[in-house]
Amino acid sequence: MDANSEVDLSQLDPVLDRYRDGGRTSLLPALHEAQRIYGYLPDPVLTAIGQALRVPLADIHGVVEFYTMFYDRLTGERIVRICTDPACALAGGEQVLEAACRHAGNIRPGETSPDGAVTVERATCIGLCDQAPAALVNEQAFAGLTPDDVEALLAGQGNAPEVRITGEPRVLSRRVGKISPTDLEAHRTGGAFEGLKHALTGMTPEEVIEEVKRSGLVGRGGAAFPTGLKWQFTRGAEGQPKYVVCNADESEPGTFKDRVLMEGDPFRVLEGMTICGYAIGSSKGYLFIRGEYPHAAAVLEEAVAAARQANLLGENILGTDFSFEIEIRRGAGAYICGEETALFEAIEGKRGYPRLKPPFPTTHGLFNRPTVINNVETLASVPDILTNGAEWFQQWGTEHSTGLKLFCVSGHVGQPSLVEAPFGITLRELIERYCGGFDGTPQAVLMGGAAGAFLTPDQFDTPLTFEDLRPLGASIGSGAIMVFNESVDLREVLRTLGHFFAHESCGKCYPCQLGTQRQMEILDRVAEGQAQAGDIERLTLIGQTMTDASICGLGQTAGMAVMSALRLWPDLFAPNGKGSA
Amino acid sequence: MPDETQTITLTIDGQEIHVPPGTTILEAAEQNGITIPHVCYHEALTPPAVCRVCVVEVEGARVLQAACVAECAPDMVVHTHSERVETSRRTILEMLSSAVTLDEAPELQQLLEEYQADTSRFSGGKRREFELLDDNPFYVRDYSQCIMCWRCVEICADDGQYAFALNFGGRGFQSHIATFRDYPLPDTTCVFCGQCVNVCPTGALKPKIEWGLEQGLGPEEIRQLTRRGKKRKKGNGRE
Ligand SMILES: Cc1cc2nc3c(=O)[nH]c(=O)nc-3n(C[C@H](O)[C@H](O)[C@H](O)COP(=O)(O)O)c2cc1C
Ligand code: SF4
Ligand code: SF4
Ligand code: FES
Ligand code: FES
Repeated sequence: MDANSEVDLSQLDPVLDRYRDGGRTSLLPALHEAQRIYGYLPDPVLTAIGQALRVPLADIHGVVEFYTMFYDRLTGERIVRICTDPACALAGGEQVLEAACRHAGNIRPGETSPDGAVTVERATCIGLCDQAPAALVNEQAFAGLTPDDVEALLAGQGNAPEVRITGEPRVLSRRVGKISPTDLEAHRTGGAFEGLKHALTGMTPEEVIEEVKRSGLVGRGGAAFPTGLKWQFTRGAEGQPKYVVCNADESEPGTFKDRVLMEGDPFRVLEGMTICGYAIGSSKGYLFIRGEYPHAAAVLEEAVAAARQANLLGENILGTDFSFEIEIRRGAGAYICGEETALFEAIEGKRGYPRLKPPFPTTHGLFNRPTVINNVETLASVPDILTNGAEWFQQWGTEHSTGLKLFCVSGHVGQPSLVEAPFGITLRELIERYCGGFDGTPQAVLMGGAAGAFLTPDQFDTPLTFEDLRPLGASIGSGAIMVFNESVDLREVLRTLGHFFAHESCGKCYPCQLGTQRQMEILDRVAEGQAQAGDIERLTLIGQTMTDASICGLGQTAGMAVMSALRLWPDLFAPNGKGSA
Repeated sequence: MPDETQTITLTIDGQEIHVPPGTTILEAAEQNGITIPHVCYHEALTPPAVCRVCVVEVEGARVLQAACVAECAPDMVVHTHSERVETSRRTILEMLSSAVTLDEAPELQQLLEEYQADTSRFSGGKRREFELLDDNPFYVRDYSQCIMCWRCVEICADDGQYAFALNFGGRGFQSHIATFRDYPLPDTTCVFCGQCVNVCPTGALKPKIEWGLEQGLGPEEIRQLTRRGKKRKKGNGRE
């Protein structure tokens, strides 16, 4: 690359000085900052970073290649990432992308305009599914786009997203949108840090864990593991230091709850992490947030600073002998980094390859130390439980699905939005009461995001609980609910999902590395009406093999939606199959 | 005989087996004459457990387990050749053969045959194709034959040479073995120990002499090929 000879490395010195002592764990932060300086990552810059952080150059190459937001060549001044995942595709995302490419000088997605002003990319879900179609221009998000908006969009202008929350009761989300996000005083008046105060001044760590256990709170990140039990295992594990990790990688298509929480009430998340630190005996927390959430990351940084100022983080919190620090880490474009062990690898400065389990994070987590990793919503649910007690939390939901839940409703409903409601509400109630009802005649709902399964209208009266969905082969997953009316050709939806998984497979294990590619190719031809004899069998074999033999949850669920569609609508996949529309 | 309290008893394919704690299912099976196929596993290296050809069914487990890393546990009941297991193995092999040239990988050829893999089932899709890399006097690299078993990367790094010349590029189906910015090997930290060539189970890594002979070259021509100090221009090959 010719530009390499002109790279002025002196600009990098302050960055290297800051990160040198951190070693490899500082790799992603250093790459982010270097890219901010140079616009991309030239070879001499990578070499200098490798030397400073003592990371082999081949490994640096591996890392840069893994994360889609790191660039090895100059991009346009503005990078325009336009979402074409299901919710956005339904609302015309493809047309917006097409118009943007045309307007940028007839380029293709992934290319830079001839004048070097913009790079236009096709993006996977950026967590604005309720205001589709959405796009990210550098660090700024835009929503509700139409092809007519692209001229402004390419110039970095357009409709900013709004906060849309409904439901009742509004407990977890009660401060969101009502209080200026980083106004600590106002948040404290609204009850922030009461739970922490309760824990630190009136409860032993064991009592905190007991209260969380009794509440019945289970993880909101998808796997529904009992939170208190996870904390107990980690507290009891040998080895120091211990870590608290907040999983803010939210990248499951159709999911936007964690973004709304972090942008609107960052203190609640920090409070939950701090309580967890006290409970398990940890003094260091990391919050790992996806690279596509720059606004939420900035809000959190500001909140951490404000909390530290007020002695709600740092040494001797609230005058007790408990000390806790939180560091915000930004991802760089990789859905797989939401998988807990891949996330640890990313913080450690590596490719986001999931680890083999066992051992589990509770004993061998971040830096191989005992670690609690919890979803944003899980941690945000904790403070009120300590303030009000486990019984208070159990007043909502069912025996096995206690409390309140944030549901992310997108697609063909009157008013797509985030809904806070108790577990046990039915899908129909949720949509009719809070989302303006169905838009058109509903055909199907994709429950739990790309990794989820379809429900049909006859199942819409099922209560939304872990136990009621399981027999239907579905799950709450991340809380994503995507509604498709009868105008939708579900083969197009499946094709989008197929592309998503092929793009996001980390490539570590054969079933998923190969299976996501072959699945995508077959779904492509199915969508084009070119299905071949034997494709149903091929998809079934791929789905079974990925589910059964893959290393991690990505591969294990990459065939889920397809297999549920195969069961429900086999005709869609028949050679010369007719669309469902 | 190990101490009774220290012995784990389990059942593999109906056979009662006793092993010390820490024994993997693969080791336990092999010690008792039960064959479990494996591709990425190599005795001298950290098992990457990526090929999943060694999967077995453990009763009570939600998904299949990789026998090369899963440890035996008391009263475990393992099936190494159930239908579920065979379906996964066969499908993995069929997909692999549709993506990569396996002509010079005898172990894989044998497995394809043993599992009666239909190598045409997934044909017609995208293949992983790369140009042959001939950038040093010692060996050539033909990544169109690479099955991504990780052996070369591991032995080049802390499982062997500590040279750290090799790592990965891309992800998903596009994953491949790469040097820093795809530099030619002489411009990397490669010390040409040849260990990667020794552990490679396919024709992806090949000594230059062997390759020269295959190309029908004579001794003098091969000598030319393998002469030291032949460096290529630096470039990252992707433009
Ligand atoms: C491919 C994949 C992506 C995931 N993405 C996320 C995510 O973005 N956020 C999250 O909290 N959990 C995600 N998870 C689940 C995590 O691995 C883990 O179970 C979760 O963070 C635990 O927190 P919880 O117990 O509070 O739910 C993902 C799992 C997989 C397999
Ligand atoms: S299942 Fe997919 S994402 Fe998970 S380790 Fe295997 S290749 Fe990577
Ligand atoms: S080059 Fe050979 S050893 Fe290296 S990953 Fe490929 S097949 Fe395995
Ligand atoms: S933002 Fe487009 S699908 Fe989520
Ligand atoms: S031999 Fe066990 S996964 Fe490859």
